[in-house]
Amino acid sequence: MLVRFLLIFPTIFILVTLVFLLMRTTGDPITAALGGRLTADQLAERVAAAGYDRPLFVQYLEYLGQIFTGNFGTTLSDNRPVLEVLVVYGAATVELAFYALIVAFIVGIPLGMIAAYFRDKAPDAVLRILAILFYATPVFFAGLLLKLVFAVTLKWLPVSGRASTSTELQFALLDGRSGIYLVDAIRSGDAEVIGDVLSHAVLPGLALGLLTAGVFLRLVRANMIGTLGTDYVDAARSRGVSEFRLVRTHAYRPALIPIITVIGLQVAMLLGGAVLTETTFEWKGLGFQLSEYLQARDFVAVQGIVVLLAVIVAVTNFIVDIVAALIDPRVRY
Amino acid sequence: MTTTTRSVPRRRLVDRLPVLKQLHQSVGIQRGMLVTGLVLTGIFIVSAFLAPLIAPYGFSQIRDESGTFGTQQPPSAQHILGTTVSGFDVFSRVVWGAQTALGVVVIAVALSIVAGVLLGLVSGYFGGWLDRVLVVVCDAVYAFPSLLLAIVMSIVISGGQSSLWGGIFAAAISITVVFIPQYFRVIRAETVRIKAEAFVESARVIGASNGRIMFRHVLRNATRTLPLIFTLNASEAILTLAGLGFLGFGIEPTAAAEWGFDLNRAIADVSSGIWWTAVPPGIAIVLTVLGVTLVGESLNDLSDPRLRGRRAVAADAGAVAETSVVPGGSIDPGTIDGTDGRA
Repeated sequence: MLVRFLLIFPTIFILVTLVFLLMRTTGDPITAALGGRLTADQLAERVAAAGYDRPLFVQYLEYLGQIFTGNFGTTLSDNRPVLEVLVVYGAATVELAFYALIVAFIVGIPLGMIAAYFRDKAPDAVLRILAILFYATPVFFAGLLLKLVFAVTLKWLPVSGRASTSTELQFALLDGRSGIYLVDAIRSGDAEVIGDVLSHAVLPGLALGLLTAGVFLRLVRANMIGTLGTDYVDAARSRGVSEFRLVRTHAYRPALIPIITVIGLQVAMLLGGAVLTETTFEWKGLGFQLSEYLQARDFVAVQGIVVLLAVIVAVTNFIVDIVAALIDPRVRY
Repeated sequence: MTTTTRSVPRRRLVDRLPVLKQLHQSVGIQRGMLVTGLVLTGIFIVSAFLAPLIAPYGFSQIRDESGTFGTQQPPSAQHILGTTVSGFDVFSRVVWGAQTALGVVVIAVALSIVAGVLLGLVSGYFGGWLDRVLVVVCDAVYAFPSLLLAIVMSIVISGGQSSLWGGIFAAAISITVVFIPQYFRVIRAETVRIKAEAFVESARVIGASNGRIMFRHVLRNATRTLPLIFTLNASEAILTLAGLGFLGFGIEPTAAAEWGFDLNRAIADVSSGIWWTAVPPGIAIVLTVLGVTLVGESLNDLSDPRLRGRRAVAADAGAVAETSVVPGGSIDPGTIDGTDGRA
């Protein structure tokens, strides 16, 4: 387990180095952000003041040292510490990912079970096509369609944002707020506020969740086909265990282990998808902020966000591996 | 592998052509999926090549003899899918978009196959510290959200936006970086396996050079899996391109039509109830990805005797050893069907 823990570091280190070098091949962030708006002299002065005129290797070492102490730099466009940006907007992204995972579990796992049970029959064919459709639909197009139908045409749900303005104002007054709106809403105890937050979450959660649900469906199906064919399932069936129970308990539980290991990879996908979902729904999270900073050509902020996401991915993969080891005694590190 | 095929009687040409063979082999639902996929992919490729003939207007045309098209016009006889917020004809841009998408997919997949195969071959064949470093780097890159990596790459290459070919290459190279680890892994694993085969040893005894062994003996036997990963990656490439375009990293609208970019411009339209700017490019993406994925999935299933329809197994049992893609099992659906790291 210690070896697996230590393996986090090379992964993070490689990604940080890669991102740093790649971003720097375009030149320094200040020229990228302000080039054309300042005279050459002013620009050179700003570049020198920020230390971007030093040898790349020196800058790299300094950057590594900064990251190690939790200093991700200061954004160029709105002059905030990157860490603060990460904490404030990260909460929104975590919340969105949470909703998406719930949707993915509720939709993907039962459908996967059904597909496996009716393998190669009509329900299976329909569900497999559905899973491919979920995959083939870009998350932002799914988002736009949901918006068009449920928000604009039927007016059942809000078009965009994380909450209505009055709720946001109420949260701003709350002290010790978590930034996760659902938690804040529950703490406020106001049913209307909770409803407001949840109604804003439905469409983004669905858009991102259905994408992941397609993956879960396929995974559950593939693994359950394996477990449904085992001798102990046949044995249970001959003892008179109901078909429902057979699928729900005997075949499902063991099929869960490989699924958990793949969830690690899904986290990377969820984060990538979150960038697009947040842009579609103006969900003010890390992804939305990332595309804002990209438009502003603020590469210090972009680098900070990308590096943080790399850390999250590496740590999640580690946790997933450990959980898999705890569930399945055959896996050892 | 090559030695055993000699003893098998040669089958009809129709049965030996890549996709046609599988089509012949398939039954029932599997055949339906494959045919649907082939038809959709065919429509995509035809519209890409014949875009100048099919599209009534140019992708950046905003006026004809009778004046400007007008912006956000609903579908009419003149513009069957209406016009965009910039006054472009939606239908024409959807058709031209196929050209851009096909260009990016072909370049991206070709580049990543060349780079991934070379790295995998060298890494697997020589082993040692180079192998270890490459494996760790590729694993790290593989675990990273692919869209973010593509964004970083497109900043590096073009600083964000550019001309038609510049844009297509920038998008293609950005996507390439994401795919290299996949080809690398597969080819490396095959190379490590084949390296231990007797015929490689024989070649070495005869005195063949490393280069000759690598390209003549190992590579030729290690490429069986590539067509599969190719189709699966092609669909992911289209999605990544659309994602980049949606975030504003695509190709300038005056340089080429790009579905993701058009969807980005349609966000505001949707909020005011205008559907015709968002739905057509979106449907184009979905159908294209669906088509390519269906082909890839079907080929994947058909190449694995355990997943193939029962009747086909009996009829084609002799060819199993030759067509089975991954020795001893199917490809892990979580790793190469393109569902991971997708954004």
